[in-house]
Amino acid sequence: MDCKEEIDLSAPGPSVIERYFTRWYKADVKGQACEDHCILQHSNRLCVLTLAETHPILQDGRTIKNINYKISNGCSRLNNKVAGKSKRGGQFLTEFAPVCRITCTDETEYTIYSCMRGRLLEVNEDILINTSLLLKKPSTDGYIAVILPKFEESKLVGENLLSREDFEAVVSKRAADVQAQPS
Amino acid sequence: MLPLKEKDKPVVQKLLSSGCCARCVLRFCCVLVQSLYRQPGEDESEEGTRTATEQSDDPPKKRMKLDDGLKGSEASAGSGDAEAPPAPALSHCVVCLGVLQEYCSRDHARKVAEAVKTEDYHFETILLSVSLPAQLCVREHSCWLHVKKEMREKVMTRVKDDIVPLKEAFKWSVQGLIATELGGVYLGDEPCSLQLFDFVSILWHYVCSCSDVFLLVHNVEIVSYCPPHGFRHYPTPPGRPTSICTSQAIQCLHTSIYVAGRYNKYSRSLSQTPWIIDGRRMMESSVEELIAEPLASSFRSKGFNFSSSGREDVDVRTLGKGRPFAMEMLNPHRYRFTKMEMKKIQETINTSSDKIAVRDLQIVTRECMGHMKEGEEEKTKSYTALVWTQKPIEKDDIIFLDDIKELTLDQKTPLRVLHRRALAVRQRVIHSMNASFRDPHHFYLRLKTQAGTYIKEFVHGDFGRTKPNLCQLLKMDTDILELDVEVGNCGTSYFQKGNPGKSTGSMTRIVQLGLDFSGDFPRLDVENVIFFFSFQKTRLKQYT
Repeated sequence: MDCKEEIDLSAPGPSVIERYFTRWYKADVKGQACEDHCILQHSNRLCVLTLAETHPILQDGRTIKNINYKISNGCSRLNNKVAGKSKRGGQFLTEFAPVCRITCTDETEYTIYSCMRGRLLEVNEDILINTSLLLKKPSTDGYIAVILPKFEESKLVGENLLSREDFEAVVSKRAADVQAQPS
Repeated sequence: MLPLKEKDKPVVQKLLSSGCCARCVLRFCCVLVQSLYRQPGEDESEEGTRTATEQSDDPPKKRMKLDDGLKGSEASAGSGDAEAPPAPALSHCVVCLGVLQEYCSRDHARKVAEAVKTEDYHFETILLSVSLPAQLCVREHSCWLHVKKEMREKVMTRVKDDIVPLKEAFKWSVQGLIATELGGVYLGDEPCSLQLFDFVSILWHYVCSCSDVFLLVHNVEIVSYCPPHGFRHYPTPPGRPTSICTSQAIQCLHTSIYVAGRYNKYSRSLSQTPWIIDGRRMMESSVEELIAEPLASSFRSKGFNFSSSGREDVDVRTLGKGRPFAMEMLNPHRYRFTKMEMKKIQETINTSSDKIAVRDLQIVTRECMGHMKEGEEEKTKSYTALVWTQKPIEKDDIIFLDDIKELTLDQKTPLRVLHRRALAVRQRVIHSMNASFRDPHHFYLRLKTQAGTYIKEFVHGDFGRTKPNLCQLLKMDTDILELDVEVGNCGTSYFQKGNPGKSTGSMTRIVQLGLDFSGDFPRLDVENVIFFFSFQKTRLKQYT
């Protein structure tokens, strides 16, 4: 390929996430300490639900025993089917709708919540087979679900969520609080 | 010879007394000889005399207008019918309201021709079409009922459908005159047989608000299906009109011209079509606009339809031979271009912008627009991607990619297009790859893939939704920085010599079109210019 335009290759450019997505965070979901979720919103309004780096599952070298998308007797996220361009049939999620339940080998259980309103398009079935994906690449290959907000609500996704800077402020405050506690 | 028979005489009489014009009389008598409608001529009157009486020893009358000729013949026929009202020489016809009278004159044809000439079209053929206000079909129906009623006892073999339609009669009368004025040839009366040309049938609008017609009939069929007794609200014969229609502006429409070629895109910030969100233009120009502008000014056309064989992203360059495209130029004022002129236009496009380049620009037939999209699934595409790797690599680390052949991918709909496409898994094949090392964190990857493969998603994995992907193959994170596409060639020419416009079964791919762009395309021989005539009603104070 003849390089008519020289692009600057010396420094790594923005990653896929940085190019196309905005990060929104929800800290301490449902009052549970440190259970932070991260929503990656694409410029075309689609959202990807992931675990934030600070989530307990990703700390202390935990391994996952089981991931269960069946959240109740009547509802399994695995049964979600969307059809057509307008994605009809997807389960509608509200902010505190549970998406999956994760059990770790040390018997700790965590529920992952939607954190936003929208239609569930797909859940990541790869992590059922390969749980290390969730641990090693929580922001990309280990995503939890893809959610499509309503067109009118697409700009409101970030309203009740924290931007990256705000989240980092929360995290550093947490660290400060922990340090301040008498050991 | 006016082919009017003895049995037509009473009909003619009835019609004339009701106030029909000569041409309408001919229509009701199902006279199909087109030339008779053409002139208010002197010869006609003589013929009229002779035929009406069917006696050749009748002395030829003096040269009179057709109307008088008929009326005169009636009087001289000596039928003894005292009912031969001295109708005024040229009154408004109660059926056609002047359409077949004053608007069939040479003067009017001249006016029409003038209007067309000012638009400055190049053309060889013309086609007229007419639409009439509903009122006229009511009047015709009423007249027919009138005639039918009186003739119930006599042998009346004709049905309403045999009556020459007003539109046809008008065209017969006027086409020749207009053609002479414009110096062009006119088409025959069976437009459907000429499938090569698509022409627009124009609605010639007559509007009339004569006060005696209070029926609002929107649908011609309603009138034709209406039984006689249901027609009682309207007088038979129709009442005398107080005004006729007049002519409005004249619109001309040329059939579209189709231009095809191949384009290259050298910019990484150019969309194919204008990118407008909420009325705001997001990007400066677009491929179709850059190509259309010089074409539109040469062809003098105001609108266009752009169609290409596939498309690329905004940030992807199109290299190699270029992507085939076809453009329909709407309502061109000029259609004939020599090869030299087309080359010149091509040069203009190429020099106007460094973002695109066009080649093999030529005029083609309408079928090409449809063929653009055919066979898209069967094509092969060549891509060149600049790949970034997270970990440093060496030359040897990427050599194994060259050996991978026919790799089948399962690609879920990429997130970046998922908002407007259905969620599905697509299997696509990468036929071959070729990697060239650039530096420890970059290499060029050439790929030959099946059409419809998402290259970007193959390189960065799209959250693992494309499997297998390059990250998995290299066992490290990779990303794509640049992408170029070359549209592939496959097979022989679509247009073979000697078979212009014929497709040979499966060889209907526009990609093949590009291979033999050396003037083998069939040229358009005859063009149509279609005229719109719209008439408007005015209150006529006095007919002169």
